[in-house]
Amino acid sequence: MPHDEAYQHDVLIIGGGGAGLRAAIAAVEADPGLRVAVLSKVYPMRSHTVSAEGGAAAVIKPGDSLDQHAYDTISGGDWLCDQDAVEAFVREAPEEMLRLEHWGCPWNREPDGHIAVRPFGGMKAERTWFAADKTGFHMLHTLFQTTLKYDAIQRYDEWFVTKLLVDDGRCQGVVAIELGTGRIQAITANAVILCTGGCGKVFPFTTNANIKNGDGMALAYRAGVPLKDMEFVQYHPTGLPFTGILITEAARSEGGWMLNKDGYRYLQDYDLGKPEPRPVLRSMELGPRDRLSQAFVKEQEKGRTLQGAYGDYVHLDIRHLGEKLIDKKLPFVRELCLKYVGIDPVREMIPVRPVVHYMMGGVHTDIHGATPLPGLYAAGEVACVSINGANRLGSNSLPELLVFGARAGRAAAARAADRRRPGASVLAQALDEQRRLEQFLGKAGGKERIAGLRDEMHQIMEQSAGIYRTRGALEEATEKLKGLQERFKDLALDDRSLTFNTELLAALELSYMLDVAQAIVHSALARRESRGSHQRTDFPERDDARFLAHSLAYRAEDAPRIEYLPVTITRWPPGQRVYGR
Amino acid sequence: MQATVGLTVTRYRPEQEAEPTIQTYEVPFRKDWVVLDALNHIKDNLDGSLSFRWSCRMGVCGSCGMKVNGTPKLTCAAFLSDHLPGPVRVEPLDYFPVVRDLVVDLSDFMRKLKAVKPWIVRRVEQPPGEGEYLQTPAQLDAYKQFSMCINCMLCYSACPIYGLEPSFVGPAAIALAQRYNMDSRDQGAAERLRILSAKDGIWECTFVGECTKVCPKGVDPAGAIQQYKLTGAAHWMKSVLLPWGTR
Amino acid sequence: MSHPEPHYTLYHPRWHRRRVSVWWWLQNRAYTGFVLRELTSVFVAFFAVVYLWEVRAVLQGPEAYAQFLARLRSPLFVFLHAVAFLFVLFHAITWFNLAPKAMVVRLGGTRVPDWVVVGLNYAAWLLLSGGVAVLLLRR
Repeated sequence: MPHDEAYQHDVLIIGGGGAGLRAAIAAVEADPGLRVAVLSKVYPMRSHTVSAEGGAAAVIKPGDSLDQHAYDTISGGDWLCDQDAVEAFVREAPEEMLRLEHWGCPWNREPDGHIAVRPFGGMKAERTWFAADKTGFHMLHTLFQTTLKYDAIQRYDEWFVTKLLVDDGRCQGVVAIELGTGRIQAITANAVILCTGGCGKVFPFTTNANIKNGDGMALAYRAGVPLKDMEFVQYHPTGLPFTGILITEAARSEGGWMLNKDGYRYLQDYDLGKPEPRPVLRSMELGPRDRLSQAFVKEQEKGRTLQGAYGDYVHLDIRHLGEKLIDKKLPFVRELCLKYVGIDPVREMIPVRPVVHYMMGGVHTDIHGATPLPGLYAAGEVACVSINGANRLGSNSLPELLVFGARAGRAAAARAADRRRPGASVLAQALDEQRRLEQFLGKAGGKERIAGLRDEMHQIMEQSAGIYRTRGALEEATEKLKGLQERFKDLALDDRSLTFNTELLAALELSYMLDVAQAIVHSALARRESRGSHQRTDFPERDDARFLAHSLAYRAEDAPRIEYLPVTITRWPPGQRVYGR
Repeated sequence: MQATVGLTVTRYRPEQEAEPTIQTYEVPFRKDWVVLDALNHIKDNLDGSLSFRWSCRMGVCGSCGMKVNGTPKLTCAAFLSDHLPGPVRVEPLDYFPVVRDLVVDLSDFMRKLKAVKPWIVRRVEQPPGEGEYLQTPAQLDAYKQFSMCINCMLCYSACPIYGLEPSFVGPAAIALAQRYNMDSRDQGAAERLRILSAKDGIWECTFVGECTKVCPKGVDPAGAIQQYKLTGAAHWMKSVLLPWGTR
Repeated sequence: MSHPEPHYTLYHPRWHRRRVSVWWWLQNRAYTGFVLRELTSVFVAFFAVVYLWEVRAVLQGPEAYAQFLARLRSPLFVFLHAVAFLFVLFHAITWFNLAPKAMVVRLGGTRVPDWVVVGLNYAAWLLLSGGVAVLLLRR
């Protein structure tokens, strides 16, 4: 594989979602002479940012304050958030969101033309900006269409990264497959930014799209970068049964109620406040997601959930909001319910259950998006800065894409300013990778099927890394996952072609997911406390003395090595999370 | 109720064959299943070599557009139960070159999208720190519908003009250009006029109207195009009658 | 018949481009309706040509005009006019039905619903036709 000048960039961004596109714009604006490229395994407008519904939080209304947003985020994260990062985040979010508005994002407005905000879970003030209930869609399309303005941003559409090229102690690029032709190419860069999103597809029931396989997490992990806080998996309390399609938190913030099989607003039994007819901030249905999902499991144990063809569920009732409000503020919710469950939420209650939604953990970065590996950056759901700690508040992840995407873009641009050339050994590595892939594709025989291994992984993760975890299930899971990684070597492929081989893609994604699953399970096993979305039945209390720290999972021969990194506390000493009082 | 349903799927493997072929599969029938679920069942259990695009499976990413029984649809939104008794014919979208099986090449649209300048154009940019550009709910409504496009390409696949005249800018690109033209914050209508009123622009459209019919998001590209024809025609008349005033 | 060989070279898959058949407009009802709608322009032109012919006959004097009228009464022309009339009617109806797409009227912030725009068009048509009919059939 000859090294082509055409495949040498200054900044290479992997992933074309909200974070990746924002990083690209930040890089070219920081230094217009830079050669910036965005590489994605799907066209950018297909990125999973597109599915986000509820909204994006930033402080702009009088009566709100940056400190309040910071406190809500930190307490929502059960004090596992790095407070310096949170302070930077809440400070930069409003300007980033206004910049997006200037780029054309169609935010909902008040009658006087100012941005409208709505209440959201875990937030003491109304600060969630929204674009009907398709906020992520509008943000992504606005960002993507704005990147078209910059000729300096080159795109590799439908290219899939299989390896990070690391040499001389720094990241120097990637090896990627062009899906449409099967060509394997080394793409070198002075700075690489991972914006590949989360890993929800490691679990069977998830709101996430098919493309969320933890690609960037596994790539960094294999390059020696630690994965931070992987045990913190967010279960969103309201997903549709069977499909797992997300019913946005906005349905609750506009006033929806969660009812068990007796029509009772059961959240009042779980220290989340008293039921009021109108939504009360930080109370009941506007509590944090981890507590609501945990309440569902408790109701299930008490036998107070409904039984359906696809498991247990409860009801989300928005009938009392009225058709006019639903069509104005929740039209997509209505459309989804009509289409996928065959019910009209104006007249009937929506069946919902907790589904995996977001990964708080990810590639370890600092507040500028830099990973411990020089030349490698990460932003968005793939990264763990950490501003979300042990539980993310709804409407914080969309501004996170903008704030940290921009920070990583600027940091990468600064690093790439010296315009270094790639080393010769990097290309030798790339050739090795090409050989490995060709062997993988050409290998005859094999008896394991991708779907079979994937389903088993799903079962293991559902049973061991669910909302409540036990040592026994986690230990069993580590063994079983190791077994799956062994069996993966005996994979059989039906598709040996080079042209748009989606089976090869699925196999490579599965290998990423197995690595990520190992990190999740081992991190969960090591954290012997309960905090936020990580609940251990054998260690039900929070233990600040020993575990007010981030777990770092490093790839090692047998099993990941877990280390701990203290949380950065600035102005908010750890306290109790209080909701509804 | 039947237990299985047949799927007749177009296959194309450029390394093995010169022309597309047809393959039939029998998949379980579930009343909750959409065509995409059936395709995934085939890929997981019957034939791993079937290639197709999909991602969100909730009708918002636009990846899974294909022809189902002759009509362009999002396969994540096309229920098997609506296509009984079967067999269900699944083909790649029309009027785009086929790369492999059900995957078509979209680079033509991506070029056209960039050409219509789908971004906010301002003579003077206000710094974000000074606050938002004000926009009333009524001003938002003026372009909101056109902003709902998920770029699924069903409209291009339904437009016979695009099939006969591949240089036509096309419904989605024009609708997106209109989305920005009608946005009260944008000042770039004049810049977009040139490409839109060119020979391959709006005037290529003869208002068949199929694009609006197949659009899964109610964008109404046909409406966008016809409305822009009025704007374009008015502008042309002004430029002829009052040539000094149209700068 | 032998299978044609694929024109594939490594990393350069040949995309399959499908030819649009000359009978594309028979594929579905909507396409056929569209082509018929476009054909109505031929019949509108036919009416215009007959009209111009009538004007010429008037200018040539009463004899020429009488000849013209006799021609029009022939079965062929009656038939042609009937067919043309149906097509022109189809033309008018499809035009009115599509009008709201091009005419977006906003009153006080909300968009006037499509059926109102269509209805107003039909109403205006009926009114004008009624007026013309009264003028012509008077006496």
